[in-house]
Amino acid sequence: MVSRIVNLFETKAKHILIGYTVAGYPSLKGSMDVIKAMVNGGVDMLEIGIPFSDPIADGPTIQRASHTALNNGMTPTLALELCENVRKEFDIPLSIMTYSNIPYRIGYDKFVKRAYEAGVDGLIIPDLDLEEAPKLKELLSKNDMNIILLVSPNTSKERIKVISNIATGFIYLVSVYGTTGARKTFEDYTRDAIVKVKRYSKLPLAVGFGISNTEHVRFMLEAGADAVIVGSAFIDAIDKGNVEDFTKELKRACYS
Amino acid sequence: MKYPKNGRFGVFGGAFVPETLVPLLEELEEAYKKFKDDDGFKEELRYYLREYAGRPTPLYYAQNLSKRFGCKIYLKREDLLHGGAHKINNTLAQALLAKKMKKKRIIAETGAGQHGVATAMASAALGLECEIYMGLKDTERQKLNVFRMKLLGANVHEVSSGSQTLKDAINEALRDWISNVKDTYYLIGSAVGPHPYPLMVREFQSVIGKEIKKEVELDSNDALIACVGGGSNAIGTFYPFIDSNVKMYGVEAGGEGIESNKHSASLSAGSLGILHGMLTYLLQDEHGQIMDTHSISAGLDYPGVGPEHAYLKEIGRVKYVNVNDQEAVEAFLLLAKYEGILPALESAHALAYATKIAKKHKKIVVTLSGRGDKDVGIIEEYMMKHGIKDS
Repeated sequence: MVSRIVNLFETKAKHILIGYTVAGYPSLKGSMDVIKAMVNGGVDMLEIGIPFSDPIADGPTIQRASHTALNNGMTPTLALELCENVRKEFDIPLSIMTYSNIPYRIGYDKFVKRAYEAGVDGLIIPDLDLEEAPKLKELLSKNDMNIILLVSPNTSKERIKVISNIATGFIYLVSVYGTTGARKTFEDYTRDAIVKVKRYSKLPLAVGFGISNTEHVRFMLEAGADAVIVGSAFIDAIDKGNVEDFTKELKRACYS
Repeated sequence: MKYPKNGRFGVFGGAFVPETLVPLLEELEEAYKKFKDDDGFKEELRYYLREYAGRPTPLYYAQNLSKRFGCKIYLKREDLLHGGAHKINNTLAQALLAKKMKKKRIIAETGAGQHGVATAMASAALGLECEIYMGLKDTERQKLNVFRMKLLGANVHEVSSGSQTLKDAINEALRDWISNVKDTYYLIGSAVGPHPYPLMVREFQSVIGKEIKKEVELDSNDALIACVGGGSNAIGTFYPFIDSNVKMYGVEAGGEGIESNKHSASLSAGSLGILHGMLTYLLQDEHGQIMDTHSISAGLDYPGVGPEHAYLKEIGRVKYVNVNDQEAVEAFLLLAKYEGILPALESAHALAYATKIAKKHKKIVVTLSGRGDKDVGIIEEYMMKHGIKDS
């Protein structure tokens, strides 16, 4: 069977908007409203973050959201329940993003099983040791779920090839040298990285980190990305209360 | 265990890091492999260790304590090093490596400030820029060390995220490194973090054990004892004796007691998990969130432990035990009174355990990883709070 994620990239490439939010932010109940607003606004895929106490790939915005979510009592079990509720309402591709320790602590097999039962389509782990990836891939593939691996602008072409041979669904390119969080502008090296990854990987490409406005969305798609991932800017939109309008604005940029 | 395969000690260790750091760790490992056996590098390091840091350090026979406990107790005097702790062994070596790699900017984390001070010293001596990350709570607890670092030319960043302690300082240093990939060298302070750090730090701290080997003969009746936070002075003490039959004890911080949940004993009471790039024993909750830790000694106050210690525990080569705050304070007072030495509270944990098992051994070597001047305020407060009069 083809996963919802693979299907999405086969049908909509070059115009895909992926929205990230932290489970449990702004509140345990509030997450569902955020997700509804994102879906109503037009995101093509959801990435739900299970908060971790020590998120080293995240900048201040997502750190703060994760911290708040944990204080709100968010747990991996509750986050998977949230996914299950999302799945009941929407047939949208859905991935989990979390740090290595969360699935490791629960047990890879148990975690993947629960995620599958909750209707999750893929897993993104920003601090995964590539040594662990084949084990996870086997468990995920059995359930037609994707293992989405990250590359960075400084990843060598040899390693891009290795990674894209393991990854399924799409490759997640980290746009910049840095953590997640809104940025003013992007430099040429981001464009070069998009070109490089497209050249050495046969998988579709999504770019994330720092993308926070329509101009950024156009920059990434024009450079050759198939999808953009927006995270911190959605956390800011939650705080401002304009998630749906913000999503619509980004979505329009995906087609302009 | 010579060179860890795929960066693992058994199953422990690894490199659980964002992809941006992978090329940087590879570059580091390459440079480390190239220079560790390079005669020029080794000679330069020996020079700095001897002329700047004050190596070799004496192995002092503590005769008054020995008489009292009926066992020959020796103290490996790392407290006599420049900066007052074993940390300088590692910072000089890594700063020298950074220089060979043509990195201009050193970043480091610090808990109590000892590694921060040792990094600032090595950076100043070798003409490198130095940025130190330190949890906000720690900067408040250790004001003197913050000022020392500033005097030594370091820029100190207060970290206000998370629990505002050492673990958050490491998070922030890693984030800095992810953001500054070209010119920055992350000088980690303990035998922790992603491969190749645990290996490198072990090698650079092994000078402790190598010297002990020359200073005293030890056999199966004898023991080595060192405190374990991240575990760098302990692995440096133990590693040269791994293939011998000498007994070894790593002493963790039992804080207010294991049952109180206020401790830092990840090997004694933790579970397997992944933090700061490594798979090791951690203090974490059932969901995998890292817990707040406690110890009277800030240098042991860390929720993880170096992966090689996790391995040595698993194969049973080293016995890991813990000593609580009160026992550590008592050992501190004991050494001050009977030998005229103020040990760091970290090292006092090792000494406390030595007094407990003295009867079972002929000779015991305790690594006195640092001096205790930094802790006198904490000791005074503890004595007042618990109604302890002058010892």
